[in-house]
Amino acid sequence: MKLAYWMYAGPAHIGTLRVASSFKNVHAIMHAPIGDDYFNVMRSMLERERDFTPVTTSVVDRHVLARGSQERVVDNITRKDREEQPDLIVLTPTCTSSILQEDLENFVNRAQLDAKGDVMLADVNHYRVNELQAADRTLDQIVQLYINKARKKGDLETKSEKPSVNIIGMSTLGFHNQHDCTELKRLMADLGIEVNEVIPEGASVHNLKRLPRAWFNLVPYRELGMMAASYLEQEFGIPCVDITPMGVVETARCIRKIQQVLNAQGADVNYEDFIDQQTRFVSQAAWFSRSIDCQNLTGKKAVVFGDNTHAAAMTKILAREMGIHVVWAGTYCKHDADWFREQVSEYCDEVIVTDDHGAIGDAIAKAEPSAIFGTQMERHVGKRLDIPCGVIAAPIHVQNFPIGYKPFLGYEGTNQCVDLVYNSFTLGMEDHLLEIFGGHDTKEVITKGISADSDMGWTKEGQAELNKIPGFVRGKVKRNTEKFARDRGIEKITVEVLYAAKEAVGA
Amino acid sequence: MTATTEPQALNFECETGNYHTFCPISCVAWLYQKIEDSFFLVIGTKTCGYFLQNAMGVMIFAEPRYAMAELEEGDISAQLNDYNELKRLCLQIKRDRNPSVIVWIGTCTTEIIKMDLEGLAPKLEAEIGIPIVTARANGLDYAFTQGEDTVLAAMAAKCPDKAPVVEAQKQERNAISQLLNFGKKKEEVAAEESEYVNHQPLVLFGSLPDPVVTQLTLELKKQGIKVSGWLPSKRYTELPVLEEGYYVSGMNPFLSRTASTLMRRRKCKLIGAPFPIGPDGTRAWIEKICSVLGIEPKGLDEREAQIWAGLEDYLQLIRGKSVFFMGDNLLEISLARFLIRCGMTCPEIGIPYMDKRYQAAELALLEKTCHEMGVPTPRIVEKPDNYNQLQRIYEQNIDLVITGMAHANPLEARGINTKWSVEFTFAQIHGFGNARDILELVTRPLRRNNSLKDLGWGNLVKNEAKV
Repeated sequence: MKLAYWMYAGPAHIGTLRVASSFKNVHAIMHAPIGDDYFNVMRSMLERERDFTPVTTSVVDRHVLARGSQERVVDNITRKDREEQPDLIVLTPTCTSSILQEDLENFVNRAQLDAKGDVMLADVNHYRVNELQAADRTLDQIVQLYINKARKKGDLETKSEKPSVNIIGMSTLGFHNQHDCTELKRLMADLGIEVNEVIPEGASVHNLKRLPRAWFNLVPYRELGMMAASYLEQEFGIPCVDITPMGVVETARCIRKIQQVLNAQGADVNYEDFIDQQTRFVSQAAWFSRSIDCQNLTGKKAVVFGDNTHAAAMTKILAREMGIHVVWAGTYCKHDADWFREQVSEYCDEVIVTDDHGAIGDAIAKAEPSAIFGTQMERHVGKRLDIPCGVIAAPIHVQNFPIGYKPFLGYEGTNQCVDLVYNSFTLGMEDHLLEIFGGHDTKEVITKGISADSDMGWTKEGQAELNKIPGFVRGKVKRNTEKFARDRGIEKITVEVLYAAKEAVGA
Repeated sequence: MTATTEPQALNFECETGNYHTFCPISCVAWLYQKIEDSFFLVIGTKTCGYFLQNAMGVMIFAEPRYAMAELEEGDISAQLNDYNELKRLCLQIKRDRNPSVIVWIGTCTTEIIKMDLEGLAPKLEAEIGIPIVTARANGLDYAFTQGEDTVLAAMAAKCPDKAPVVEAQKQERNAISQLLNFGKKKEEVAAEESEYVNHQPLVLFGSLPDPVVTQLTLELKKQGIKVSGWLPSKRYTELPVLEEGYYVSGMNPFLSRTASTLMRRRKCKLIGAPFPIGPDGTRAWIEKICSVLGIEPKGLDEREAQIWAGLEDYLQLIRGKSVFFMGDNLLEISLARFLIRCGMTCPEIGIPYMDKRYQAAELALLEKTCHEMGVPTPRIVEKPDNYNQLQRIYEQNIDLVITGMAHANPLEARGINTKWSVEFTFAQIHGFGNARDILELVTRPLRRNNSLKDLGWGNLVKNEAKV
C-alpha cells in the first residue's frame, strides 16, 4: 500500500479510452462498477465536447460479484452495436474487473458472432501499466487488428507516389494536441509532404489499411505512438521520425531528419533554405534569444517537470535557446526514464525521476527557482511558494484547453513557448519589485459608502456566524445585513437578523 | 383537465442501471470539510484516486485531510499483510495530522478481495489509540450521495449513549456552550432554556454546511423545539448522545441506512417527514416534527407565503415549463416536488435508488402536490438507463434537463437546456432561507438562454436530424 492523494499519470483504462474515443465511430465499453465512467465527465468538461462521449459501462455490481457477468457483457456489446452501429467496440477492463479474472476474451468472441462491427478486448494490465503506456498499447493493438484484416482481404494500400506522412499520437485529452496537429499539418504542407493519415484523433478505422502508403511516420510525442510506429516499421519498413519539433533547434533537427528519410527513398529535397527562413524571420524565437529581454533572463534559475516529451523539450529550450539555468529537470514517466536522462542530462544540473508530488514540491522549495515549468500540481506549489509557473504538461485543468490557437510544436509553437517563458519570468520580477517598493498604491484606501466602519453593533454570535461566510462574499453580506437592520431600526445584529436579512434580500 | 381530477398513484419503474453518476467515495470531499478533526483514508486503486483528484478539482491542492491507501499488486495477491500495511499508513497519518478519527472508506477492490476492514479496525484502533470508523462506500453497491449514508451509519454506532458518569461527561460535552454562556448570569441561561417546550430530545442527521445547520436549528427554536445534537457534528469528539427513545429526523433523502441504523441499533424513533428542501418541504418538515412532539406550530402560514412571494420573479421564468431528472444523487424526489409546486411539470424522475419507506412522507407530499397543482404524476424510474432517457428527452421536448456533466454539454449543443445536477449537492438548498438558491440554480440556464435566444444558433451539432 502507498499513501497518496495525487497522481501524475492516470490508471490504464483512461489511456485505452483516450485512444478509442479519439477514433471516429469507435465505441468503448468499460467492464466497471457504477461511477468509473468519470472519463465521460472529463472529456465533456475539459474538451467542451459537443457529442456524447462514445463510452458506456457494462456495470459490475453485487450480482456480478456473486455469479459473474454471464450474458451481461455480451448483451451490452450487441446492444451498443445495434444502437450506434460503431465500426469497432473496444471492451475495456478496469482495475476492478481485472481482479475478477473473468474471461473477457471469451465474451468478445461470443459478441463478435452477433455484432456487425468489430469487437476487441483492450490488452492492458492495470497493475503494471499507467494511462500513457496503455494508450500506446491500445493504439498499437487497433492498428495491428486492421492491418491484419486488410492483409487477409488483400486490400492493403502501397506506397504513395509523392512523399507522404502518417502523423501518429494525436489524441483526445492530450496537452494542446489539436493545435499541435494543425501546426504539424501546416508544416508538412510547407515542406511539400502529403499528410496520409492522422491517428488516432479523428481517424476512421477503415482508413488504417492506408497507413502503408506513407513514406515515413512522424511521432511527435514520446508517450503515444511509438509502439504502432515500430510495428509499421517492422512490417512495412516505414521509417519513423521521433524527434519532437518543439523549440527552434529541435524543429530544425526534426525537419533535417525528415529530409534525410525522404532522400534515402529517392526524393530529392533540400529544406535548408526553408529552415533558415523560418528560423530567422517567421518564428520570433531566434530573434527573441538575441533581444535585450532575453538577455535579462540569463542565468536565472528554473526547474522543469512533466511528461517526457514536454519536460525534455522545455529543458532544452530554456538552457540552449534562452541561456536560463535549469537547476533540475524531472519526469514522472518512470517507465521510460533512461530516454529522459539521455535527452536532458547535458542541459541541467540534476535529473529527477519520480511520481511523488511531495518530493517534487520539496525539490522546488529547495531550489528556489525564479520560475517553474510543470503540471497543474507544480503551478499550485508555485502559488504556495510565490513562484510563477508555466504549465507545460498534463495533468491539466480546463484552462489548459484554450480555444485560441496555441500549439507547442512547429514554428508557431516556438512563439508560444517564448510568450509562456517570458511572461512567467517577468511576472515574477514584477512581484518582486512590488514587494520591495511596497505595493502599487501606497495611499490610504478611501472608505466607500456604508461598507466600512459602520456603527452597527454585532452580537458575538452574529459576528461568529458572519465569519463563517466565505471571505469573497462576506463584505457584501455584512453590508446587506446592516442596511436591513438600519432600515428596521434594529440595533444589535444577531444570528437571526443575519438570516432574516438574507431572506429579505431575496424578496 | 378532467384526466387529472382523478387521483393518480405514483408510477414506479426500474430500468437497466446503465446510468452515469459519481462514485460514492466522493463523499469524503464534503465530509472531511464538515468533520474538522477527521481524516479519510480511501483504500482502493489508482482508479479511485484518479476520480477523487479530478472530481474535487482545486480542493485537492489545499492539503486535504484525505488520502488514498493505494493498493498494489502485492496487496491484491495477499503477498503483503493488510493489517501491517494499514498500521504503517495509519501511524504515518497519526504522526503528520493527529486526527481525532480516521475513517476508512472501503472500495470495490476491498470488497472483491474481501479485505476484512470491519474486523481489522477495532484491533488497530486499540493499538494506535485513534478511533477508526469503517464505511463501505463502493460503486458495486451504492451511488454518489449514498456514500455519506454509509459513513453516517457507521458513525451512528460511535455516538455516545447515556454513560454512567452522565454529569461529568455532559459537563465536558457542553464545554463549548458553557464557553458561549460565559459571563451570562445564571438566570439568563435559565431564561434561554425556558424558550423551549419540554419535549423528548431530538437529534437531526445529515451533513449540512454550518450556516444551514444554524438556520434550521433556529427555525425549530421558533417553535420551541430544541435540537439536542447533529449527526455529524463539526468535530468527531462532539458526536451527539443517542439514548433509547430519542427522536431523530433525516435532513436528506439519501440517508436510509443511517435511519435504519438509528432505529434498530440505537432504538431511536424516526420522525418520517418530507425533507426541508423548498419552502413547502421546510414547512411540512416542521409541521411533522411539531405534531410528533405535540406542539402547535405557529406562524408557518405567513412565513411560507412570504418566502413564495419573494420567489415570484423566478417563478415567472419556470411556470408551465417541463423538467426532466435523469437521476444521479437521490435528491430528485424532493427537488421535483418543489419544482412542481413552483408550477413546473415533470414527466420523469430518474433516481439511482428509491427507499419507499424512508421517503414515504416525501412521496406522499409529491403525490399531493401533483394533485393540488393539477399536473400528471411523474414516472419515477429507478436505476435508469441513460440511453433510453435521451430518446425520451428528444421525444418529449423537455424545457430543462437536470443531469450529470457527462450529458450536459452534448445536450446543450443540441439546443436542450441543462442544469448540472451535482451543484444541488454542494449548494445550500435546505430551509426557508435557501429556497431562492435552488431557483437561482434551476433558472440559470433559462436566464442565460433568454439572452441568447434571438441569435439563431440553438443547435450546434452537424448531421443531427433526429433532434
